[in-house]
Amino acid sequence: MRMTRIKVAAVAAGLAMVAAGCGDAGSSGGETRDVEADENAEFESGTRMAELNEQGSIKIGVKFDQPGIGFKGASEDEPVGFDVEIGKILAADLGIAPEDIEWVETISDNREPFLEEGEVDLVVASYSITEERRQVVGQAGPYYETGQQLLVRSDSDISTVEDIKGTEVCSVTGSTSLENIEAEGATARGFDTYSECVDQVLNGSLDAMTTDGAILLGYAAEDPDNLKVVVEPFSEERYGVGYSKDAPEMCDFINDSLETAAEDGSYDEAFEITLGESGVETPELPALDPCA
Amino acid sequence: MEDIVSNFDLVLSGFWITLQLAFWSALGSLVIGALLVAMRVGPVRVLALFATSYVNIVRNTPLLVIFILVFAGFPALDLLVGTPFLVKGIVTMTIYTSPFVCEALRAGVNSVQLGQAEAARAIGMTFGQTMTQVVLPQAVRASVPPLTSVIIAMTKNTSIAAVFGLAEATARMRGFTNNNADDRILIFLVFALGYIVIVEAISGASWLLERRWRTVR
Amino acid sequence: MSRGTSVLFDVPGPRTRLRHRIYDVAALVLLVVGLVGLYFFLDAKGQLTYEDWEPFVTPEFMVALGEGWITTIQMALTAVLLALVFGVVLGVGKLSDHRWVRLPSALVVEFFRAVPLLLLIVFIFLTYGVGGGIGSYWSVVIGLMLYNGSVLAEIFRAGINALPPGQAEAAYAVGMRKTQVMTTILLPQAVKIMIPAIISQCVVALKDTSLGFYVLAPGLTAVGRSIYTEFRNQFQTVLVLALMYIVTNFILTLIATWVQKRYVGERDQLQVGAAGLSDQDTGLADAGTRHGQV
Repeated sequence: MRMTRIKVAAVAAGLAMVAAGCGDAGSSGGETRDVEADENAEFESGTRMAELNEQGSIKIGVKFDQPGIGFKGASEDEPVGFDVEIGKILAADLGIAPEDIEWVETISDNREPFLEEGEVDLVVASYSITEERRQVVGQAGPYYETGQQLLVRSDSDISTVEDIKGTEVCSVTGSTSLENIEAEGATARGFDTYSECVDQVLNGSLDAMTTDGAILLGYAAEDPDNLKVVVEPFSEERYGVGYSKDAPEMCDFINDSLETAAEDGSYDEAFEITLGESGVETPELPALDPCA
Repeated sequence: MEDIVSNFDLVLSGFWITLQLAFWSALGSLVIGALLVAMRVGPVRVLALFATSYVNIVRNTPLLVIFILVFAGFPALDLLVGTPFLVKGIVTMTIYTSPFVCEALRAGVNSVQLGQAEAARAIGMTFGQTMTQVVLPQAVRASVPPLTSVIIAMTKNTSIAAVFGLAEATARMRGFTNNNADDRILIFLVFALGYIVIVEAISGASWLLERRWRTVR
Repeated sequence: MSRGTSVLFDVPGPRTRLRHRIYDVAALVLLVVGLVGLYFFLDAKGQLTYEDWEPFVTPEFMVALGEGWITTIQMALTAVLLALVFGVVLGVGKLSDHRWVRLPSALVVEFFRAVPLLLLIVFIFLTYGVGGGIGSYWSVVIGLMLYNGSVLAEIFRAGINALPPGQAEAAYAVGMRKTQVMTTILLPQAVKIMIPAIISQCVVALKDTSLGFYVLAPGLTAVGRSIYTEFRNQFQTVLVLALMYIVTNFILTLIATWVQKRYVGERDQLQVGAAGLSDQDTGLADAGTRHGQV
């Protein structure tokens, strides 16, 4: 019995040393902008904007696993990325400070249900505008235009879509990108997150990863020495801000807010510190779709 | 509804990968499991210790963690980088399943009564004869039910390969469900039925095997 | 098992013992050479650098891992508790005298034991989990409940069947009704011999919580993923995760063994086979000879 107690004490001491936690990994973190809430924001009463302004808080759905767009590290409290910055700009125009935003993780499967059932007020999550989606939810914007491209290792010979015949290419399980690439003659490998997919490309198990260029740029920005984005976009994706159909007045607000951001330079700034890190030029804000 | 009917070849191709994974992994696990049990019950203590540790470590680790090790961890060590995904899947399933096979076989060996071997030796059989004529036949027979359990569980476990890019049945179901939200229940039942057929087939084969051996005994 | 009396060998004589000793030493040398080789291999591949291990001694990540670990345990415990209720209901159902209760119970048990857990979880998640639904956490817990409940139903039935028939006979003889016999005589005794099997099922459930990974549920493996996504130290993360699971499961196994010794005695732990025709109904094998879940 005594022996055990001594052993337990020794183990406890060892654990205490680990628990003292001398490591200091990952403190650098992603860059973010300081955004100040617009204290003079005023909205017509009865609108969703007025409600949110009154309430002083908002729930925004973003991705948590897409570097450069929406990414949250294991030890961090808040996600970072271009979508997150756009979310902050919109919230600020509603008079809501960044710390009053509740970030909700959304995945491709749950964006429409989240909006329909009011789990989130806005979705800014690499959310392509499509006719099918506009049947069930509102989508304002686009705030960014991209298209399906390929992410390969820097030393890869793949430079055109024809080069991928007979290679192995990954994307997210069940995505249209994966179906497109299968049609181009590549073996499609589905993973449940982009991060795992990009790891397979980095470690040499797969030849390329495919999805929207914006997402690929995010990964290339993280590791510019080993990864590059190739091929002219072979599809058109226009990222929009999702809102509930119950509040159609949100559309004009979002579009105005995006235009203001483009004029005062906060749109550019948001891009430069996120996706812009990959070295890609900051785009103009695309022509916005008129609100119905 | 139309989608799953018109693309039924995708359902079949999914189950074809499931079956390939299951077959080769079963074979691999039986071989490695037999080696492990030989070490574990054999006279060399260091090997017994090694086999016991391997069994206890792997049995307490989730299969998914072993999948991460083989598909994401090994490439970081420059291992298995160019290996086809199916082979990596088989390696993973074999690493995970062989300890369970080892335990099933060991249960079989333990079920043979000591007197059987003693009697065999008493009538002058050599070690080889005792093993091949008396002990092993009984041990293998006694292992069939637990081995069947292990193989069935392993077949169901091949579904986890979906997480790492293998387009087997579970991955195909996810694809179908994403495209046809309204038919979710039907799609699920089709795929569930596929697995049930495979499981019952393995179970039935084992039942036949056991019944045949039982009448001989 | 003492080595001298194995069914496989005679008691070794002095020469054989010496030979075994030599094998022992040879195997030990091989093992040591292997381990040293592994060390140099890992070192050469740059896997032993401090940066790769640093997250695991950094407070924030240790807290994240700890939280993931607690979530995993919570999920497993919740699932097993729910599974117990589900399992007892189905187990009693399978023992019922009425065919219209017995048959559906047996079908439900068979179905959930034959369908891969991951397929079940994906289905629950995509159908009821996304959007304003029950979310990924409960999708995993409910999937685990259905699967483990079906296994426990079998364990439960095996437990009742393992009781000496005299127990029920005596109870009927003193005039008890069916329900009384079940609730006051059979259930309490069966539950006692079931406890170790239930704890073992916790190990299975704990390992299976990792499948939440595929539907973005929280938990230990999910935290591991976000760590290796950030630091690209997959190999190191896997080792840490595996260690945490192994230690947890090892403790659970120790508890199960202790409970077994304390409350049940020398009898073997109740075991049931995997799904399939292999049930007692087909007369194939009794539950006692089957070896655990995979």
